[in-house]
Amino acid sequence: MQRVLLAAASGGLFGAGLLVSGMTDTTKVQGWLDVFGAWDPTLAFVLGGAILPMLVAWHLTTRRAAPALGGTFPAKPDPRLGHNLVLGSVLFGAGWGLVGLCPGPAIASISWGGTGGIVFLLSMVAGMLAAPPIRQRVDRLAAA
Amino acid sequence: MIPMDWIWGLVGGLMIGSAAALFLLFNGRIMGASGIIGGLVDRSGLRDWAERAAFLAGLVVVPALMLPLYRVEVSTNITSNLAVIIAGGLLVGIGTRLANGCTSGHGVCGISRFSLRGIVATVFYLLAGGLTMLVFRHVLGVI
Repeated sequence: MQRVLLAAASGGLFGAGLLVSGMTDTTKVQGWLDVFGAWDPTLAFVLGGAILPMLVAWHLTTRRAAPALGGTFPAKPDPRLGHNLVLGSVLFGAGWGLVGLCPGPAIASISWGGTGGIVFLLSMVAGMLAAPPIRQRVDRLAAA
Repeated sequence: MIPMDWIWGLVGGLMIGSAAALFLLFNGRIMGASGIIGGLVDRSGLRDWAERAAFLAGLVVVPALMLPLYRVEVSTNITSNLAVIIAGGLLVGIGTRLANGCTSGHGVCGISRFSLRGIVATVFYLLAGGLTMLVFRHVLGVI
């Protein structure tokens, strides 16, 4: 139960941060990506601000045996890159640029995002369902 | 004078990072939005469905409750072009699952632990996003 409550609190703080930072506003995100137009550097402050507490948190995981509510800390990051990481990130970046929403803000803004926000979320879910067969094909192509 | 948007960006960013730090230090989990919802969508993460559902509930409810604090109407300013929205949603869904992460997982949680995968993913989605803006806004003029 404590784990579920903590997850809700974390999700809530994440959502509040997305709203406060302006990341639920597609014009701010597209402004950041629009290097050749009216460039908006806000996102650099958001990402920089978000990385600071996590630098401390990752450091703390090396000094503690286990998370406070049980389980284990995530394993060391996988050093292998792989074609799926690169291809997936390129596809994600293209979709992110087209609309200006990534998964977190798309979910956080669902209560005020209107029809467009709901259509985006449904399309994203459809894409997630289509991903496993696409991954199999890509892997087969890469192995050939 | 530093623009207020940058300051709010930093404040909101610190909140996002603190949320990720809580999730890591208490639950031992990486706060990646696409992974949390993706595991429910493709049923690969049903073992801890309650934690995932609670996270998503908080993510939706808390900003909704904050809206009255704003004097001006809050908007996502999303395009009205449905074809663009659908294409973008599909690409974000497929891409984040292939890459196993998005801005929060690879960007916030990955870079902060100096993960090569997180850094490479971030470089590629930023480059692709920038190129998409260049082509679709400045060359084709559709967004």
